[in-house]
Amino acid sequence: MLADKDRIFTNLYGFQDWGLKAAQQRGDWDDTKALIARGHDNIIEEVKASGLRGRGGAGFPTGLKWSFMPKESKDGRPSFLVINADESEPGSCKDREIIRHDPHKLIEGALVSGYAMRARAAYIYIRGEYIREAETLQAAIDEAYDAGLIGKNAAKSGYDFDVFLHRGAGAYICGEETAMIESLEGKKGQPRLKPPFPAGAGLYGCPTTVNNVESIAVVPTILRRGASWFASFGRENNKGTKLFQISGHVNKPCVVEEALSIPFSELIEKHCGGITGGKDNLLAVIPGGSSVPLVPAEQIWDAPMDFDGLKDLGSGLGTAGVIVMDKSTDIVRAISRISYFYKHESCGQCTPCREGTGWMWRMMERLRTGDAAIEEIDMLQQVTKQVEGHTICALGDAAAWPIQGLIRHFRPELERRIEEHNAQFAEAAE
Amino acid sequence: MADRNPAADTPELRERWGAFEFTESYRAKADKAIARYPEGRQRSAVMPLLDLAQRQVGEETDTQGWLPLPVIEYVADYLDMPVIRVLEVATFYFMYNLKPVGKFHVQVCGTTPCMLRGSDGLFETCKKRGMEKGRVSDDGLWTLTEVECMGNCATAPMVQINDDNYEDLTPERLDEILDELAEGKQPKTGTQEPGRHTSEPANALSSLEKMTEENHDYRSEW
Repeated sequence: MLADKDRIFTNLYGFQDWGLKAAQQRGDWDDTKALIARGHDNIIEEVKASGLRGRGGAGFPTGLKWSFMPKESKDGRPSFLVINADESEPGSCKDREIIRHDPHKLIEGALVSGYAMRARAAYIYIRGEYIREAETLQAAIDEAYDAGLIGKNAAKSGYDFDVFLHRGAGAYICGEETAMIESLEGKKGQPRLKPPFPAGAGLYGCPTTVNNVESIAVVPTILRRGASWFASFGRENNKGTKLFQISGHVNKPCVVEEALSIPFSELIEKHCGGITGGKDNLLAVIPGGSSVPLVPAEQIWDAPMDFDGLKDLGSGLGTAGVIVMDKSTDIVRAISRISYFYKHESCGQCTPCREGTGWMWRMMERLRTGDAAIEEIDMLQQVTKQVEGHTICALGDAAAWPIQGLIRHFRPELERRIEEHNAQFAEAAE
Repeated sequence: MADRNPAADTPELRERWGAFEFTESYRAKADKAIARYPEGRQRSAVMPLLDLAQRQVGEETDTQGWLPLPVIEYVADYLDMPVIRVLEVATFYFMYNLKPVGKFHVQVCGTTPCMLRGSDGLFETCKKRGMEKGRVSDDGLWTLTEVECMGNCATAPMVQINDDNYEDLTPERLDEILDELAEGKQPKTGTQEPGRHTSEPANALSSLEKMTEENHDYRSEW
């Protein structure tokens, strides 16, 4: 188990004050000037060496992403850092804990990361429903301004850097980076075609990098403790510590920071008080937020919880929002509810997603009651393949994968429901 | 995709809301929001301004607030934007109410993590009290909405009522909260699980125990 001294988010549960003074006592904003004095490229190299991969779901190497930003502005356009705090994926609830209990880690991270990529300001895009969280974060930003830690000559580093908060208003799709940029510009959050990539033309047509809250908030600690410290946790290519969020059928659902690659069983037994009804009562797990395919009990139990380990199981780490389902779960309904979510959140721009998410949900509802024909399972599988990869952003994929996972692992259950339902009707007809 | 249409543009609506403008304090907040964006990019402030407008309407009607068409037009005018661009935004984002809501907007999360932990029971509780989805109750107090994941999965099931979250709910706990609200009291927000602080393992802390006692600085142990 990860030692407390190696936890980055020591006030994760908010037992102590989130304010500047308390945060400084815990080590935040400690000689930030010296971190910045290391220089743009040194910071990027350190983050690269730490092996930090994006914590928002896709797992792209963070340092590498920053290195795509222009080193100088040839035409006077400024660069921007956009921090994705639009945490809306079902099963994910980690950024909320950072924002409301350790906001200064995020703000300091914004300054250091923004400096590294030569941005003039950071916009933190927080989901609209995080109302109290946004109040806390704004208060923390105001504190940091008042203390001279951000703004002109931020933390006496000689670098000018602003941090602004932008509240969303209830659209999951704005967590997609280009949709987020559209939304920041005051439009509907509909994703843009890439290229151009945000690092070339993003917010207001300026070079922009979009990073998840957790990716940014861990940066100051990585710099203070060194890349090799961070890289000492987890397997090769899956380095560092990570906030896991365990929900559903465990005795003690919680958010907890652990080393990547921790076995699923250890995560559940050490922190969550075990599966409700015991290990043998586990049915399946959605290991990375609603958009990744489920993994059946026997495959997940010993699996390492990291990017590659879960990819090998045909699923993914995503945001590490672990949704646990025991044998009392109506598994078809659980997935159908996710299909409804994607139908509700499709932005309506691409036809396969706009029409497909609704069609798939209606089909799933019929499979739930068994009101279907066996062949329709294959038809549904085929339709998910027609949605997947045929849309501008990954929402179409995210809607397709949970259904594919259900068909892959629970086809007998789907067939059983259909046969039972049809037999009932055949009886009634006689 | 959520189908959302603005409330009908009637003479009564015009009469009630045609003269809407920000009060002094809301105008100050609006101008502060606009200042967060670069010169000439004031359109970026359309989301905060719609939120402020909805809140002001809420204060005037003693509800959570909503966005009548004349108010949307006012925001467009304030930002020098075509009305259709503001209307697009108002209809796209789910938190802008396009119809009047009750004093308390009871938003029950029904997405899978909450469903697994018993959100069905919360809907039942609301129904028993006469709430219907998308309708203002006869006493004007309640509007029930099923919302998509609110990011409180480790403390599920939850409801958000206006600006506050109530987590780790059971039907009985929700009933008590709704009773208190109806009586004009402010219930305890956040988790309702006795002994639980926020999102730690309830009454079984597995890490960071020192933090419960003092603002511990772990750096000396590095």
